[in-house]
Amino acid sequence: MEQFAPIVRSKDMRPVRYLVVDDSIFARKNLARMIESFGGQVAGEAGDGCTAITEYSRTQPDIVLMDITMPQMEGIEAAERIVRQAPDARIVMVSSVGYQENIIAALQKGARHFVQKPVKAEVLYEVVKYVLGDAATLGAEATPAGAIQ
Amino acid sequence: MRMDLIQPFINAADAVLAQTLQAPTTVGEVSMEEEAYRTKGIAALVRVAGDIEGRVIFDLEPATARGVASRLTGDEATDAAMVPEAICELANQVIGNAVTVLNDQGFHFKVMPPEIHAAECGAQNTEDTEALVMSFETVTGTVFMNIAMRHNRRRKGEGLAAD
Repeated sequence: MEQFAPIVRSKDMRPVRYLVVDDSIFARKNLARMIESFGGQVAGEAGDGCTAITEYSRTQPDIVLMDITMPQMEGIEAAERIVRQAPDARIVMVSSVGYQENIIAALQKGARHFVQKPVKAEVLYEVVKYVLGDAATLGAEATPAGAIQ
Repeated sequence: MRMDLIQPFINAADAVLAQTLQAPTTVGEVSMEEEAYRTKGIAALVRVAGDIEGRVIFDLEPATARGVASRLTGDEATDAAMVPEAICELANQVIGNAVTVLNDQGFHFKVMPPEIHAAECGAQNTEDTEALVMSFETVTGTVFMNIAMRHNRRRKGEGLAAD
């Protein structure tokens, strides 16, 4: 997978911490690979909206990647509940169902952005940078082992 | 069968397969079937209900399914347990993209979570929902898509909430 200039937290230059919410283990693994290529860290995972809320409280991530269609509680409702508890929560909806009503509903409930599946890493990278804004900056790229500095 | 309901699924399958496999696909054989469907290997079935009702099956021979999963994960040695997961996610993405187009055209319906089938699957098609079966030739092998769908006239005007 393509490597990107790492996105790090401005306050401490540490990796950005992500909460990944999707009922598909496969989709979560795929997003985790992209996060790794962005220099980020998966702080937690959830397979439904209810677990997402508890995992958000437990892990206090910098950003959430949230699917919409999930069992028990869907992503838009989970986003609304998280934002109610933590108004500064940065939530990006990641779903294959990208019609206007869904996007508008998600944004009205507090999501910051929407990315349609299949996710292109370069698109998600730009969205993450945009949503994090001043809270993140680009860090120095890792020096390959054995490279002359 | 109304092609205006089917075409978004064909376009979405073509686009999603090409993007996720990072190689062009070509549409292979197309036929109509009225028999109960028998899977070729690993099949993900997604039902839709609402203004449009029916189901879509994505079906891949086991070797093709493993190849698709490897391509999607970028890992040659994909865990066997992840293969059905990968096919489900692929089906989800195709259906989601098609639903997006149909919803923006005014059709509202709910998409059920994918079901994995490894044997004969699905009920006999109803009298007015014969299935369209088509194949997509990809770099990893043939992906079969079986669509049985009809416009649900009873739902018209009921304002069913979209998923």
